[in-house]
Amino acid sequence: MGILYNIFIDPFVQMGQAPDLFVQTLWEGLVGGMLYALIALGFVLIFKASGVFNFAQGIMVVFAALTLVGLHTAGVPAFLALGLTIAVMFALAWTIERVVLRPLVNQPDIILFMATFGITYFLIGFGEFVFGGDPKVMITEALYLPKGSITYKAFGGIVSLQRLDIVAVIVASIMVAVLAVFFSKTRIGRALRAVADSHSAALSVGISLEQIWVIVWFAAGLVALVTGIFWGARSDVSFALEVIALKALPVLILGGFTSIPGAIVGGLIIGIGEKLGEFYWGPLVGSGTDAWFAYVIALVFLLFRPQGLFGEKIIERV
Amino acid sequence: MFYREAGQFKTSYASDQAVFPILQDRIGVFIILAIAFVVIPLTGNDFIINAVMIPFLVFSLAAIGLNLLTGYTGQLSLGTGAFMGVGAYACYKLTTIYPGVNIIIWVIASGFFAAAVGAVFGLPSLRIKGFYLAIATLAAQFFLEWCFIRIPWLYNYNVSAAIEVPQRELFGIIVTGPRASAETRYYIVLSIVVVMTWMASNLMHGRIGRMWMAVRDMDIAAELMGIRLLPTKLLAFAISSFYCGVSGALMVFLWYGGAESAVFNINQSFTILFMIIIGGLGSLLGSFLGAALIYILPIILRFVPPQLGIPLHAATIEHITFMTIGALIVFFLIAEPAGLARLWQIGKQKLRVWPFPY
Amino acid sequence: MKARQLFVGIACAGLVATAVFASKAEAQGIYVPLLTYRTGPYANSGIPIANGMHDYLTMLNERDGGIGGVKLNVEECETGYDTKKGVECWESLKGKNPAVVNPYSTGITLQIIPKAAVDKIPILSMAYGLSASAVGEKFPWIFNPPTTYWDGMSMIMRYIGGKEGGLDKLKGKTVGFIFLESGYGREPLPLLQQFAKDYGFTVKEYSVAGKEMQDQSAQWLAVRRDRPEWMIMWGWGAMNPTAIKRAAENGFTMDRFIGIWWSGSDDDGRGGGAAAKGYLALNINGLGSNYPAIQDIKKYVVDKGKSQVEKDKFAENFYNRGVYNSVLVAEAIRNAQKLSGKKVVVGEDVRRGLETLHITDARWKELGFPNFAAPITGVNCTDHNGHGPAYMTQWDGAKWVKVSDWIHPIKEKVRPLLQEAADEYATKTTGWPKRTEACDKAS
Repeated sequence: MGILYNIFIDPFVQMGQAPDLFVQTLWEGLVGGMLYALIALGFVLIFKASGVFNFAQGIMVVFAALTLVGLHTAGVPAFLALGLTIAVMFALAWTIERVVLRPLVNQPDIILFMATFGITYFLIGFGEFVFGGDPKVMITEALYLPKGSITYKAFGGIVSLQRLDIVAVIVASIMVAVLAVFFSKTRIGRALRAVADSHSAALSVGISLEQIWVIVWFAAGLVALVTGIFWGARSDVSFALEVIALKALPVLILGGFTSIPGAIVGGLIIGIGEKLGEFYWGPLVGSGTDAWFAYVIALVFLLFRPQGLFGEKIIERV
Repeated sequence: MFYREAGQFKTSYASDQAVFPILQDRIGVFIILAIAFVVIPLTGNDFIINAVMIPFLVFSLAAIGLNLLTGYTGQLSLGTGAFMGVGAYACYKLTTIYPGVNIIIWVIASGFFAAAVGAVFGLPSLRIKGFYLAIATLAAQFFLEWCFIRIPWLYNYNVSAAIEVPQRELFGIIVTGPRASAETRYYIVLSIVVVMTWMASNLMHGRIGRMWMAVRDMDIAAELMGIRLLPTKLLAFAISSFYCGVSGALMVFLWYGGAESAVFNINQSFTILFMIIIGGLGSLLGSFLGAALIYILPIILRFVPPQLGIPLHAATIEHITFMTIGALIVFFLIAEPAGLARLWQIGKQKLRVWPFPY
Repeated sequence: MKARQLFVGIACAGLVATAVFASKAEAQGIYVPLLTYRTGPYANSGIPIANGMHDYLTMLNERDGGIGGVKLNVEECETGYDTKKGVECWESLKGKNPAVVNPYSTGITLQIIPKAAVDKIPILSMAYGLSASAVGEKFPWIFNPPTTYWDGMSMIMRYIGGKEGGLDKLKGKTVGFIFLESGYGREPLPLLQQFAKDYGFTVKEYSVAGKEMQDQSAQWLAVRRDRPEWMIMWGWGAMNPTAIKRAAENGFTMDRFIGIWWSGSDDDGRGGGAAAKGYLALNINGLGSNYPAIQDIKKYVVDKGKSQVEKDKFAENFYNRGVYNSVLVAEAIRNAQKLSGKKVVVGEDVRRGLETLHITDARWKELGFPNFAAPITGVNCTDHNGHGPAYMTQWDGAKWVKVSDWIHPIKEKVRPLLQEAADEYATKTTGWPKRTEACDKAS
């Protein structure tokens, strides 16, 4: 009985007793979820257009952030460094398309997945070679990112919101909105959806696959840069940041590989779910549950919807 | 010229369906085994045996395990590292509880524990497929990894949360623990790997293997043909995990000599997955080739610059190694996306008509 | 395709062969391998230590022509904090008669402990690794001076006791413990729980998985809920700066947040930003470059471009930690030369040298490190650790400042647990070799 009480009743009693902490947990979950969603978005963009499961998204985040900080330390003014980093990400997208993707057109998904692993290895080595392995502090002030926090007295306690987190959520939302509009309203966006549906059909109506791929990899690079700036500011910029890409996997699977809103909703569910889980139920098993909780949430969802929340229905015919 | 099967007639179905139907292949396999069993222990030094051959064989076995599941049955798994861990911890518990029993028996027995755990985490595979299935196995990976450190009983309440391999003897020869000689350990690993590869090969050429491949190629069609999906997939998970478990036990008992939970982390799973992709999905030979490329190549690369007399810092060498491996992976994929095993087949085909290609 | 494959194969085989043969050829001077990691997720902690270790030994070569007239052959082996590569390093270096091995990773230490006695190479795991290995009868080849994690925990408790006005004042209060989910992080838990039992306070555990170390928001929310009086941290790598940031965000009072000596690098403080001001960490080595020997390193190594250290990171805390490690190595080699009468000493001699390691205040001064570290007097054949003291440092927003005197461990709490752990270790691993090595008297 005691166990059942601890699992099913006590956490909710706690939520009621300290609503400020509950709200705070929700907020932390929201911020975390938004950032997970950003990484997942990078995956989705590339998967949609080329069917590549891009294992290198994590290292792209690190690489983008390192380039930005590295350029700034070399004496380049912050916003010029930002512009140069964007240029670097474009060059990266172009190179990947030329060197890796083009010769691998029409190969099975798993081979392309493997190729992105090759890219990951290369970027790890290259990044450490150029920038060194020691951690860098993200430039926040030069980019006019606010610091400090706003504290509200509410819900019978204190809720404090980090200014940086607020900006992160706003920027992430804008980014998602812009991408959504870009993909549904513009010519390139329509071309991209055509490519996602069928490579050969798109080719036959005169859409350039190469161009589309460079664009999506570049877009994924931009998303990586934004992710890198905010994750970097939340902790620091080092190669340890690469593992956060793993966090995007349950998000992706929950939201479906091809859906932008899915990435957002999935990110929020995972972010909030794992924070609530760790905060209220974690102590029952000795905490540290956030290492696997996200995957269990995703697994439970999957058992009911095998294609993810927003994924396209899988219709199989013999 | 040397590789012609002309004149080798098959007079029975059995000989036609043999694993190595061509005489030259049989000779080749015999030579490889001879090298592995005789030449390497005689000529190799400790470094070759301890840091190259034993790990290579251990990884090959794990790669075969994953290949049975991913390559032959088409179920993507990212939990290999954790299943290896189950084997290692099971073996450790078994041998500390019953120290008198032959350690080889426990190494094999630990595979059954891994198989049971693997089958449990394989349950969702009936409903979930492809990359989506990977999540189920990822959940297994992270959950088990958490268990390895969270359940102190598993490592006998060691304060540093580590398992240390006790010394065990077999017919008066020390086989595990610090004082076991490299050759002894090498022979045990090699024997187990050879026997298990042979078993896997037979499995693949038999009914079970065919069932698995049918499920991989199209599971609905397989179901219509009367293959029951759930038992087949679960069997694949169980046998695959069995192989991984044994390889995990070998890894800790005959290679590392001690371990903490971090050894069985997600990177381990990815490494094994990459071995089978680059080696060739659905190929036993590919498992070995992939393990060789992913594991041995970095070791060699690390030795190249110092040997050429280029004075580089250890870290710089590591950076260059990383870049080279990345580039090589992409290169091999572009050269032959179906893996090294396919490359080998093409090579054989070329050899068959050499020196007159037409 | 075939031809190319064949060519690659032959080339590889040839390279391995030459590598193996060539490695046997070189045997000049005393070979001191350093297992370092300048790459991978823990590089932020690994780089300054690697630089410190490397630069002090290089300085000895440049200034004194080595030790006892014999050059040191210093060679780094990159592990990336990866156990596999660590074992590879061990296998590749053991044939070259290394004097001593510094693994710098608890994971790697665990793998090579059993190998040490067989290959006759001593391991110096300075204030990390397997705590039980301090018992010299059971682990003649493993050394972990100057102190253990359990001693560290007891020193933190002593410090807290000092601030609270006695540890019994903690009765009914809560102490939080945030740690990296690994053997290293879990190690001090039994001792902390023992203290909790003895003094009637509650321990709250917050574990951080390696994969989650850059987030930690759930853990720190839980800290906010549980309102502990004190927080103690056992972190490593990128976990440290993140924890410091989260602590500040959640309004935890920084001068009640104490880290172990591995949670106190300058990068940790800097990463935490201005908010990190007040954060405390234990330390075992002196701060800054104001020591004659460190000045020598600058003069002979750094200014001559023989170091990889960035100028502004010279003589930071973890750099000095690496220097400290190398001083122990150098002293052990000196002792070994004295004891064995040989010039070029190998592992077996250095093991004896480490067992007679004895660095008094006067000797520290002689070495050019006045008041750099506590005297090492407790290391002998039975005790390979010495259980020396440490002191508390505080981050003032830009650098670490010493804020306490030497704090000694609470021996009566630590020793029984340690003995128990070592006994258990040796009984569980049956067939653990009996100590056969003779004991030397300290000179």
